[in-house]
Amino acid sequence: MGPVMLTLTSPVETALHRLPAGAKMATLCGFTVGLFAMDGLLSLTVALVVVGLAYAPGGRPFMQAGLRALWPLWPFVLVVAAWHALTQAPAAGAVVILRLVAAVAAANLVTMTTPLSAMIALFQWLARPLAPLGLPPRRLALAMALVIRFVPVLLQNAGLLTQAWRARSSRPPRWRLLPPLALSAIDEADRVAEALRARGGAG
Amino acid sequence: MERNVSYIALFAALIAVLGLVPKIDLAAGVPITAQSLGIMLCGTVLGARRGALAVLLFLALVAAGLPLLSGGRGGLGVFAQPSVGFLIGFPVAAFVTGWVMERTTLATGPAAWAASVIGGIAVLYVFGIAGLSIMLEKSLDEAALIAVAFLPGDALKTVLAGMVTAGLANMRPGTLLSRPGV
Repeated sequence: MGPVMLTLTSPVETALHRLPAGAKMATLCGFTVGLFAMDGLLSLTVALVVVGLAYAPGGRPFMQAGLRALWPLWPFVLVVAAWHALTQAPAAGAVVILRLVAAVAAANLVTMTTPLSAMIALFQWLARPLAPLGLPPRRLALAMALVIRFVPVLLQNAGLLTQAWRARSSRPPRWRLLPPLALSAIDEADRVAEALRARGGAG
Repeated sequence: MERNVSYIALFAALIAVLGLVPKIDLAAGVPITAQSLGIMLCGTVLGARRGALAVLLFLALVAAGLPLLSGGRGGLGVFAQPSVGFLIGFPVAAFVTGWVMERTTLATGPAAWAASVIGGIAVLYVFGIAGLSIMLEKSLDEAALIAVAFLPGDALKTVLAGMVTAGLANMRPGTLLSRPGV
């Protein structure tokens, strides 16, 4: 099943791990709004340095993990840098890139220092006002648990279907994998619904 | 009720799996992930409301820190990236796809294809391009230029969404919550 269901929380314990998830989330929201209100090179550089310093207490491995998590940004950085080099407005390009990197780094920091369970508990707390609209927190918790349980199951089904195809054909299955995979999701869903009913309903 | 919860959860899981299955290599030599196909299927199979809820459930778990987006990405950082418009557009795309699916009188396959084009491309790209434009401080035209790179793959996925949806209706009649009675 591979590393798929590992969470993105860092195994390196930092002081930030011990802060409540709600406080970190509120700080992140404020910080991000602030970033989009700033458009000076100096203020955005300071903001990026502040985020970098927030990573520092985690030590080297933690900071390296933080850098790796920024890697998916490179296509955007490249496009923006090339564009602004062409239009000869490097300062405007630097503002966009600094803001982007600072915003993503700050968001990653919260994810890296907050356990999945704490984040899910926070979401359930935030979703309380939805209860009168037909989404009691208990049902949300059940749905989230079902997804976490069934991602590996469906991945395994996809693997079995691929093997079954390979046993019959030398060509790769390509899109032919999709209908039976979707069907397996539907069959699992029917079984889960039956099991929930047998155990007193979905709450 | 139990069926609603389990279908919404299993389709949220299906979106994740379609993004994680290592590059299904959908067409010869074109490795594209099928995650947006999962968004379309949520609409065509589950209908507007349940489809959008499945996508929201998927996004909540991504935000909570599970690496379920294509390429194993996840966490709060993906919502600060320039592609955030597509993420915000996902549930709306599933809703519109389902809405069209529930109302059109076309046969199942063509209906699912048309609904996916409207929801999974037209609506999704409006959000995606607006997001790129805001995050990268580019005009809408310039942002559209970046997004166009994904168009051929997504067009292919609308056809697949039509075929998969029609296949499901054939193999398990009564399974399309978007079209009771088919």
